Amino acid sequence: MPYRPMPELATPRAPQRGLLHRQGNADMYAWLFMRVSGVLLVVLIFGHLFVNLVSGRGIQAIDFAFVAGKWANPLWQLWDLIMLWLAMAHGTNGVRTIINDYAERPGARLGFKIVLYGSAALVVILGTLVIFTFNPCPPSSPADLLPSFCNG
Amino acid sequence: MPERPAGTLYRGREGMWSWLAHRVTGFLIFFFLLVHVLDTSLVRISPETYNSIIGSYKNPVMGLAEAGLVAAVVFHAFNGIRVILVDFWAKGPKYQRTMLWIVIGLFVVTMAGFLPRHLAHVFGGQ
Repeated sequence: MPYRPMPELATPRAPQRGLLHRQGNADMYAWLFMRVSGVLLVVLIFGHLFVNLVSGRGIQAIDFAFVAGKWANPLWQLWDLIMLWLAMAHGTNGVRTIINDYAERPGARLGFKIVLYGSAALVVILGTLVIFTFNPCPPSSPADLLPSFCNG
Repeated sequence: MPERPAGTLYRGREGMWSWLAHRVTGFLIFFFLLVHVLDTSLVRISPETYNSIIGSYKNPVMGLAEAGLVAAVVFHAFNGIRVILVDFWAKGPKYQRTMLWIVIGLFVVTMAGFLPRHLAHVFGGQ
């Protein structure tokens, strides 16, 4: 690789200007959020993996009735909701950091961030709607695919 | 004295490689998360649709990919706690290298507990 000296900046400590650029202490709060959400996500995701992949028949047990049985319990709805929001915020901020590190042209940075924030918003909204509008007993579905409480 | 540095590749040791592994595992987990929310959203379409897609997670190739995903999550989780300790614990920077070996040890123990059970589910069928 050719030797490239560090770019000379007239005012290295001046705040960077531009669309989607964070100002003030925002990056410190983002740094703090990664640590706080990280600790919570270790508990939430390890619990999720244990219940879904380790306990019982593991991956073989996962089907529509399994999901419906879990979300019949408001605790699991809340668990999955918090896990969705925290994981998406944690991951989106992580990828934002990666874009800031590797995308050097301002247009590329802006483009990647628009795609990132747009897809993250879509996934968070979709996931939240699914958790709360889910119908465990859809009519006209075969009973053997549904959780047992649908037949009662 | 050489006139210029012998290349610009930073050759860090444990600190650099754990930083790189943290970044790569985080990136991979994020993209799985996007797919995972989409596949779970199929419960909103019909039981048949969800079951047919989730059924593809049960074949051996996907079973091995899930083992890799869990390995990435477990490393990212334990190393993330190490990063927090480096940042907030006064002696964290001094012991960062020791803590990486503890992370690797906990990773091996956790995967030794998880892998046989998961692979039995995947390859042992029902």
